[in-house]
Amino acid sequence: MILTDTINGAARRLPAWPIYIVGLIPAGWLFYLGATNQLGPEPVKVLEHEYGLIALQLLVGGLAITPLRKYAGLNLLKFRRAIGVLSFLYVAFHLLVWLVLDVQILSEIIKDIYKRPYITIGMVGFLVMLPLALTSNNWSVRKLGAVTWRRLHQLTYGAVILGAVHFVMLSKGFQLEPLLYLAAALGLVALRVKWNRRPVPQNG
Amino acid sequence: MAGRWKNDLTYNDVTPEAVFLNRRQLIAGAAAAGVAGTIASPAMAEELVPNSFEDITNYCNFYEFGTGKDDPARYAGALTTQPWSIEIDGMVDNPGTYSFEQVMDGMAVEERIYRFRCVEAWSMVVPWNGFELADLLEKVGVQSGAKYVAFETAYRPDEMRGVAFPVLDWPYREGLRLDEAMHPLTMMATGLYGKPMPNQNGAPIRLVVPWKYGFKSIKSIVRITLTDEEPFASWNQANPREYGFYSNVNPEVDHPRWSQATERVIGGGLFARRQPTLMFNGYEDEVASLYEGMDLTKFI
Repeated sequence: MILTDTINGAARRLPAWPIYIVGLIPAGWLFYLGATNQLGPEPVKVLEHEYGLIALQLLVGGLAITPLRKYAGLNLLKFRRAIGVLSFLYVAFHLLVWLVLDVQILSEIIKDIYKRPYITIGMVGFLVMLPLALTSNNWSVRKLGAVTWRRLHQLTYGAVILGAVHFVMLSKGFQLEPLLYLAAALGLVALRVKWNRRPVPQNG
Repeated sequence: MAGRWKNDLTYNDVTPEAVFLNRRQLIAGAAAAGVAGTIASPAMAEELVPNSFEDITNYCNFYEFGTGKDDPARYAGALTTQPWSIEIDGMVDNPGTYSFEQVMDGMAVEERIYRFRCVEAWSMVVPWNGFELADLLEKVGVQSGAKYVAFETAYRPDEMRGVAFPVLDWPYREGLRLDEAMHPLTMMATGLYGKPMPNQNGAPIRLVVPWKYGFKSIKSIVRITLTDEEPFASWNQANPREYGFYSNVNPEVDHPRWSQATERVIGGGLFARRQPTLMFNGYEDEVASLYEGMDLTKFI
């Protein structure tokens, strides 16, 4: 209890904007390491993977905020928008690395998107997040109205599952890490489902 | 009878690594300046320069030590490679357990600079040291009915942290048709850059089949079996649609999850261009005849 109070108190005092700056540091730092040959023999794949992984972690983290408040009394709501926007930016960086540095060839890119299911799923995930990023501002909330805006932003549930499935599908062999992300994504979305509590019909 | 095949990728084998590094830096510099910004043509193959020892030993797939590319470099040190023995059995005249020294007895070790193309669409050039598998097979005496050669990697849960999780059906196994195994390009490698084989690259002895995707070139071999049936192959068993038994490098047959038409050459840095992948990884003249009459879109 003391811990949650301390965190809640600190969260109240801290502004949200530094999250953007702190959150973008890894992107720049990783790119710098890659450009200066410090990401190992194959920097493109490392960069692509790291950006994608950070995006997924931010998505999962962003989705954990509401349950944290509901079940642990931890109020980090004011940081949720920044986390969401950052997750979109990392997905965009991930996509850019794939387009420009990895596949490079436009015809191959187009072929990959419709021919390879995991890439199709990744692209759909990106497109789902696009309207969310564009409406992550107070003006949009007012314009759309709180109810519509909230409904629109439930697309996040789809995005996190698409992202995790994308990760599972691109892995070779049977690997644990992507499955843990998928489990986390499904678990966090399941917490949102309003389970229909109809009484079980009694026989006889 | 070594020397069945003559290296077309020549380099002065006393050239120190430092010179390679310098050459790589020149190439990287040219690429950065936009001079080498075009896709390299197959004709440039003769100009291929081996990857640095550092690249070759730090970018590996050896799932017994973890699925990350740097996991083998980090954890393969735990593998005991001395003493080492290989059980050679099945349809051979002299079956038995051969110590590493007995295997090496009478083998002519040569250096061969081969292209190495991973199924994940990246490639390297590696200066291997080793001998032709045919020499070993001749030494143990292949019986007339044998059609395939099966290989098995060591399985040591105490030394291999990656086998705790069933990424694949351990132990790792691979196989070749007998004519592929007897082909002069097929070698058993025991070193690279003139040094003993680093653990992460498959110490102390591994297969190298340069015209096939890298996963066919099984590492740290403890068993070789001559058989008349197509042997179990780990990746083929895990996903036959993605990893065929043959798995010859073929730019025209895509992996279901990605294109195999081009490859990313390791060591080129963040802004390197992709290169077109060559049929049979550039060894078409040498090996295409092995597959005459076979539909390579079916026999993947």
